[in-house]
Amino acid sequence: MNQHNISDTSLILSLSLVMIALLISQKEKLGMGKDILWSVCRAIIQLVIVGFVLKSIFDINNSWLTVLMVLFICVNAAINARKRGRNIANVFAISFAAIFSGTVITLTILVLSGAIAFVPMQVIPISGMIAGNAMVAVGLCYSNLNQRFSDNRQKIMEMLSLGASVKTSSRRIIADSIRTAMIPTVDAAKTVGLVSLPGMMSGLIFAGIDPLKAIKYQIMVTFMLIGTASLSTILAVYLSYRRFYNVRSQLKMSDKQGD
Amino acid sequence: MNNVLPLLDVQNVAFSVGERQLLQPVSVQLHQGDSLLLTGPSGSGKSTLLKILASLVTPTTGHIRFKNNDITTLSPESYRQQVSYCFQTPQLFGQTVYENLALPWQIRRQKPQRDKMVAGLESVNLSADMLNKSVEQLSGGEKQRIGLLRNLQFMPEVLLLDEVTSALDEENRLAVLSLINRISAQEKVAVVRISHDVNDIQQAEHVLRLEPPKKENRRESA
Repeated sequence: MNQHNISDTSLILSLSLVMIALLISQKEKLGMGKDILWSVCRAIIQLVIVGFVLKSIFDINNSWLTVLMVLFICVNAAINARKRGRNIANVFAISFAAIFSGTVITLTILVLSGAIAFVPMQVIPISGMIAGNAMVAVGLCYSNLNQRFSDNRQKIMEMLSLGASVKTSSRRIIADSIRTAMIPTVDAAKTVGLVSLPGMMSGLIFAGIDPLKAIKYQIMVTFMLIGTASLSTILAVYLSYRRFYNVRSQLKMSDKQGD
Repeated sequence: MNNVLPLLDVQNVAFSVGERQLLQPVSVQLHQGDSLLLTGPSGSGKSTLLKILASLVTPTTGHIRFKNNDITTLSPESYRQQVSYCFQTPQLFGQTVYENLALPWQIRRQKPQRDKMVAGLESVNLSADMLNKSVEQLSGGEKQRIGLLRNLQFMPEVLLLDEVTSALDEENRLAVLSLINRISAQEKVAVVRISHDVNDIQQAEHVLRLEPPKKENRRESA
């Protein structure tokens, strides 16, 4: 395997790419200069810390520490996903349950099938990929649920007024929200190799692995991303849709229709 | 209206959102076969009252008893199958008229009866081939009649109608009113209907006029 090392000088020179973004922001008066600088600083600091943490965890090679790291990733993913569902009661717990279950089920299948070994060097990066993808899908799911419950308020009330259960009244919204949240993952799977050469595959090719071996990993990644995103969104939707109703099976939010 | 135990007993029901009162306290009793016309200016809370009676909205104050049971103790689904609310401008579901009329059957886990659907359509001047028509192709008046027929696939004990003839021409309005009067008289369904029509008000058996809450009328204590 060819070792590819990026020198500190090359890294500093590549910072010029950020300078381009800053110049554009200033010239076009986008007002994003501070945001770009802040995000770049955060990325550098976070990645340096993660680099050291991962190096230590890989060196220690302890199963419990690996599990703890997976938990840490899932908690952070849940904290991020909940931002899109602030009006949903217990949204953090729901997000964590959905992302953690999706991640653990996928990891278990990958480890049991021998696709990856239960060592931190493999489990942690894979957990990051699948939990990150699940986080985006679950967040999208909340946005969809909020939007659709708001847009279809009268339709839902009409179903309820015919004596339909909360589940029946929400069925269309549940299906549409899951489908919409899955679109980015499914579209990415459709165009993989045609539009993008994803991170896992590119990384392996960079590291000198035969592309024919690299694609096997990418195929596995595609499977696991689809699996986790669907598991997590289904769990998140089914755990959260009931929260749009009260105990009397009435839609929450005040009825502002005065007449 | 009479001394028999009422079907629906509404006591001091009022509704507010925050500090804004949308419905002043209302008390009314309904018995089998009663026909009550609800009227009043915009903003008096007529639709809100019907939604409260249908248990789609919980009142801020007051109680409702159905057959002498507090409705908060009843299953919302089975209550709404007996006290059914029809919206003024119904939003139809799915693709076809059939899907809409089939929903009440599916809710009760029963096989939809096409004959009953067709009879219903004919009673409001709509033809049988309407069943396969796309909901996108319907006029406002057709949607309004399909919306009403959805509520009548299984006869409720109380029917709450929110200006269900507002989009109809005179001929169809009379057909719908005749259907409503027939189910009230023959099936003993209690009907509460919102209307602004002077003729309707003059001919109604009972009229309840709501007044808009006064501006200074803040939320009442329970």
